[in-house]
This record gives sequence, structure tokens and C-alpha cells, in this order.
Amino acid sequence: MNPFLRKIAPACLLGVCAAAGFGVAAWADGAAATRHARLIKVSARRFVFSPDHLTIKKGETVDIELSTADVLMGFSVPDLNARSDIPPGQVMHLKLTPDKVGTFVFLCDIFCGSGHENMSGSITVTE
Amino acid sequence: MKRTIDRRQFLRLAGLGGVVFASGLGGFAQAKTDYKSGDSTGAGEDFYFVQLSDSHWGFQGPAVNPDAQGTLRKAVAAVNALHDQPDFIIFTGDLTHTTDDPAERRKRMTEFRDIVKDLRVKNVHFMPGEHDASLDNGAAYQEFFGPTHYTFDFQGVHFIALDNVSDPKANLGEAQLQWLAQDLAGLDHKRRLVVFAHRPLFDLAPTWDWATPDGAKAIDLLLPFRDVVVFYGHIHQENHHMTGHIAHHSAKSLMFPLPAPLSVPKKAPIPWDAAAPYKGLGFREIDWDAGQIEISEFPVKA
Repeated sequence: MNPFLRKIAPACLLGVCAAAGFGVAAWADGAAATRHARLIKVSARRFVFSPDHLTIKKGETVDIELSTADVLMGFSVPDLNARSDIPPGQVMHLKLTPDKVGTFVFLCDIFCGSGHENMSGSITVTE
Repeated sequence: MKRTIDRRQFLRLAGLGGVVFASGLGGFAQAKTDYKSGDSTGAGEDFYFVQLSDSHWGFQGPAVNPDAQGTLRKAVAAVNALHDQPDFIIFTGDLTHTTDDPAERRKRMTEFRDIVKDLRVKNVHFMPGEHDASLDNGAAYQEFFGPTHYTFDFQGVHFIALDNVSDPKANLGEAQLQWLAQDLAGLDHKRRLVVFAHRPLFDLAPTWDWATPDGAKAIDLLLPFRDVVVFYGHIHQENHHMTGHIAHHSAKSLMFPLPAPLSVPKKAPIPWDAAAPYKGLGFREIDWDAGQIEISEFPVKA
């Protein structure tokens, strides 16, 4: 199998991969880990992300490791065309290589209760 | 026709209901004579309906709405006081505010249903919002209000209620899209369509979760029809947007207003203004008259 497909397939088979776009990939833990990527851990619980602000350099590849302490969550960065589900009991990875500078909102895009609407954070991409 | 004119004259004389949007839909008047109605009510009659939305029954937050227990009742009373009663009423979702407790969810739906039973008009349609349906995939909602997506016909117009909330990811889903395609397949493209949804079907503001991930697929199915208009809720304010020739109109809330899309760094309810109670809250009338729709907004008053 193509190495890229081998990396993506486990998550897609789980129905938890929805990221698409340049410089973006998502997969479940247990698949081959990405190399040469800075690891950033983000945990979710109702109704906050921790941390809720990330800083990445333009062109830098990061591996955002996602986990949830309670219910099914989503991690979505619409302006970077990147997202992943965060199922309870699983660790998810979202590889991101931003190609533009700026500050971009990320949010939970799976309704998780009262307070869901305020569950967001931001990514600052610097030169 | 005469009733509509009489009612509009009354609105103007009484100073009620500011008209905020009027649209002559392309080919609309022509369409009235081009197709035959699929129902028994006859084609081409003028009519009007009322849209109420986002009542969030059960919400508590005095800084946002100190009359959380009274606002919906005031709206019901205001609709009942309309000079001519609407032909039907639609609630476009978030009837109740979400709760993790299934028993409390049903209690809120019971209370909401009891309040709206006081509406004089008995032809009332309901739809879920994510607060009603997303935590249990619409199970409680269906117990109280029936299917989450459906169609009906009135005066020759085909109405379609879509569900983009029972899936907590806010997708319509392939099954519903297939159902929509099958429904539309039986219709002449000259048929007038009105679509109801809770969330916007287009990408209004994805970073505020004001979108439907697969909404574009529904819009693509609707595009061959020349007269289509969408009414929705979710964003707690008026917004008027076009995708091609399809108009999308969002409604105000009956609990709290929200800021204009992306106008502030972080979305949050607009605090209660003691100097202008109920500011930003309200409901609307939609008139169909001689090939035009006319939207009139009504405030909630103390």
C-alpha cells in the first residue's frame, strides 16, 4: 500500500478522518507516527481546549495530538481546512503544515452540550 | 388578496412590523399560472405565515434575558394579537435549551408544547435545533413533535423542512439528501419551493459553527428550481444572503441575540439592555402576494 494511504487508512476506516486539504492529515494513534513533526498535545473536555492557543511557524509541520476527557468532540480549523474527530478513549493526530501567516480559530464542531458554542481557541502562524 | 391588503394597511396604520425585505422572485408570478398544485388547497392564493425561532426554553441567564420564563409567552400573545391570523406557523428549531438530563429535556419540551398550545392558529409546524436534538439524535424531539424532516404543500407552494441538527456534526447526511433528491425528482422545476432549516445551509461563518458541512449538496439539488427561498434560525438575528438565485433569510431569537457574523473575536450572547428590553428579539411574518414575498419583523414587547 502507498505509504500515505497506509497512514490515512486506519483513521478513515474508523470513520474519524475528515481532514482534507494541503498540508493536512489526520489519523488515529497506532498508525505510523509522522516524522520530523513537532508534537503539540491538545486535550479537550467540555467546554474547553487545553491549551487554547497554539503558535506555529509558517511551513512548519506539527503533529497535534488530540484527546478528550469526556464525550465525542471535534477539532476544526476551518480557515486551514483541517479537522479531526476526537472520540473518547482514542488519541488522534492531526498533521498540519500552515502555508499562510495569521491567527486562525479552532473550534469544537460536534455539538457537546450547553457551552459548546463557546468551545474554541486559536492558532497563530508566524513567519 | 383583499385580506392581505387590508392586513398590510392595518400594520402601517398601527405602526407595527417594519418591512425589512421584499423580493420579486424571478418568474414567480408566471409560475403561478404555469403549474398545477399538487394538493387540494388550490394554486396561487395569497397567504402568509409566521416564523418563530430559537426560543431556548429552559435557558437561564439573567444577564442575557431576565425574562427567560416570559419571552416565549409574550411572543405567543403577540402572534395571537395579530389583526389577521396567519395561515400557519413554523418554529425553526432550538425550541428548548439543551440539557444532559434526558428527563429534564422532556420536561422542557412538555413545557414548551404547553405554552405554544395557546396559539390561536392550530396549523403549527416544528423543527429541531441542535439544542433539541443533537445529544440524543432527535429521540426526545420525535416523541413530542414527530419527524425531524418532512414536506407539506400549501396553496400550491411546496415546503421542505430539513434536519441539519440530529447529527451532532450538523450534517444532513446521505440518507436525507437522497430523500430530498427523490422528493424533488417528482416536481416541475417551475414549482415554488420554500425550505426550512435550523442552521444555514451555506458557509455563513464556519469559524463560528454557522454552517452545514454538506449543505452545499442540498443547495445543488435546489438550484434547478427557479423559485426557492430558505428560512432558517440558529444565528439569532436577521441575515439575508443569496447563493445563486436562492435567497436565505435567518430569523431572530426569542431568548437572546447574537452578534453579527465574525463582528467580534468571540461569539457570545449580547447582554440584556435594561434601557431597551427585548432588543434584538422577535418573530416575523412572511407574505406571499402577487409573485412577491414580503418579510415583516415584529419585536417582543414588555
